[in-house]
Amino acid sequence: MSETKYIPKSKFGKWFDSRLPLLTLSHHLTSYPTPKNLNYWWTFGGILTFCLMTQIVTGIILAMHYVAHTDHAFESIEHIMRDINYGWLIRYVHSNGASMFFLAVYIHIFRGLYFGSYKAPREMIWITGLIIYLLMMATAFMGYVLPWGQMSFWGATVITNLFSAIPLIGESITGWLWGGFSVDNPTLNRFYSLHYLLPFLIFGLVVLHIWSLHIPGNNNPVGIDVKKNSNETMPFHPYMVMKDLVALLTFILIFFGFVFFLPNVLGHPDNYIPADPLVTPAHIVPEWYLLPFYAILRAIPSKLGGVIFMFASIFILMALPWLDSSKVRSSSFRPIYRKFFWVLVFVVILLGYLGAKPPEGIYLILARIGTAYYFIHFLVLLPLLGRYEKTDPLPMSIADPVLHKPGIVDKFKEMAGSYEGENVGTFK
Amino acid sequence: MTKKIHTKRRDFLFTATYTIGAVGVGATIWPLIDQMNPDSSVKALATTEVDVSNIEPGTSITVLWRGKPIFIRRRTQEEIKEASEVDLKDLKHPEKDSDRAKNPEWLVMVGVCTHLGCVPLGEKGEYKGWFCPCHGSHYDTSGRIRKGPAPINLEIPKYEFVDNNTIKIG
Ligand code: HEM
Ligand code: FES
Repeated sequence: MSETKYIPKSKFGKWFDSRLPLLTLSHHLTSYPTPKNLNYWWTFGGILTFCLMTQIVTGIILAMHYVAHTDHAFESIEHIMRDINYGWLIRYVHSNGASMFFLAVYIHIFRGLYFGSYKAPREMIWITGLIIYLLMMATAFMGYVLPWGQMSFWGATVITNLFSAIPLIGESITGWLWGGFSVDNPTLNRFYSLHYLLPFLIFGLVVLHIWSLHIPGNNNPVGIDVKKNSNETMPFHPYMVMKDLVALLTFILIFFGFVFFLPNVLGHPDNYIPADPLVTPAHIVPEWYLLPFYAILRAIPSKLGGVIFMFASIFILMALPWLDSSKVRSSSFRPIYRKFFWVLVFVVILLGYLGAKPPEGIYLILARIGTAYYFIHFLVLLPLLGRYEKTDPLPMSIADPVLHKPGIVDKFKEMAGSYEGENVGTFK
Repeated sequence: MTKKIHTKRRDFLFTATYTIGAVGVGATIWPLIDQMNPDSSVKALATTEVDVSNIEPGTSITVLWRGKPIFIRRRTQEEIKEASEVDLKDLKHPEKDSDRAKNPEWLVMVGVCTHLGCVPLGEKGEYKGWFCPCHGSHYDTSGRIRKGPAPINLEIPKYEFVDNNTIKIG
């Protein structure tokens, strides 16, 4: 929360702000103090906001031309692609946008894991973030059903059938989800309705996410608390805004590289075949961003077990702030955790690769090892490390690691000539 | 003493109000949830009649019933033999072949993998019955699960022979 009380300058401003404090809010957002050592991993929050806006804008436009009926859905997508002015562009931005959204969210989550951003006092930021992530998965899954291609249909069939694993009530739940005896027109219709709704729920949760961020303020690469409104922080605008923009423009370059040059590489060609309830494609795979979970689902040789482990692999993250009992946030000062962090990154990518392979032979064995490791990391390694790891000494301030690099003081003194001085830090 | 009695009366009123309130909220929410269940027009599509006179031994057809594929297979003598000779102890979901195919020549099943709902491929897999490509479930010539993640055998729908050439499903 803003430390300095804001008073609008103009008379109208005062009148307005005392009735609806939007000016105070905007002042709070621009003057919000950010640690000055934030690196580029901290720009993904802004990138994610951009992704959500892009999906909402392109989605609303697609909805003007899309028809949610099993007889017309596939055709209406082809109509968007061929006839609507710039329809191809809008659809490719929306479908590749979903992939870019997940790319950004994965980087954002692993950033949190590396720098311990889920630890006290930031647990609620972490938990609201995970709820957003869950809603994103649900939204993307239902969006993928809308074009009503083969992958749409069979993806929907397999995922909704996950619920049939629940003992006793499983069958009634799938019937309720489908509105029939299988995935069919009622299913398509309700998925469309929910696909339209969920992004706005996500938007609401983003507000909560940022609200809970603005209470303790940002974590930072060193992971120690900063003194707000000291020379350790600087206002969000223009400093962070500019840094975020540099990252965002780079991101947009990659994003549109896909849109213009490789619009279909991230999708599956079978989704350009209209849905056929009588023929399952030889090899069904979900979109790339769901593959690690799909690998876990198939690694467990029992139907109910697979479903339980798959959901557990996500929900376990909710308990992370309490599973990791180490008081040190940043991996920079946790020599052992840092190694295991990279093992975890490797295992998740490996599981993603295995999720795209048939579940047999060596693939299946590796998927089982990967699944076991994933759970051991969170349930065994983290609690043990919290107890026994010998962490490196923490610096006194976020400026220390920079100022104590050999030769850095001379370099700074040299640079200080060209700066005003206030943001360079104090050095003796 | 009187005070205590009053507290109790008030507690009772609170509890009663909450209870009525909860019932009211429940009754309001139920229609909002139940509307998603299969509707009457869907439920009405209950039966399908199939002409099976053209099916040669060793071949099968697939028909759609309630949006699901139904496999109708006219089995060969070997297939019937193989299916009936299996030791029930070897089965994950023990069912006799004679209970699954009332007329051993005809096997009528819901062609939906009991794992997560894909359509298995015929005359494939390690037991020469059906094989589901999605997550690798193998079914035998009686449609019983032998290997893979599916928990139970392929389901047998309700059906009857109307005459020698016609099967009524449902
Ligand atoms: C969290 C934000 C969103 C995500 C992650 C998302 C994801 C997706 C995905 C993966 C598809 C399938 C793309 C394809 O293969 O063609 C899709 C399709 C679609 N989405 Fe979204 N979406 C989002 C927001 C929205 C919004 C807000 C709307 C409407 C207001 C919308 C409307 C549509 C429509 C009409 C389609 C069908 C057209 C098509 O398949 O290209 N989406 N969405
Ligand atoms: S759906 Fe058949 S094996 Fe999974």
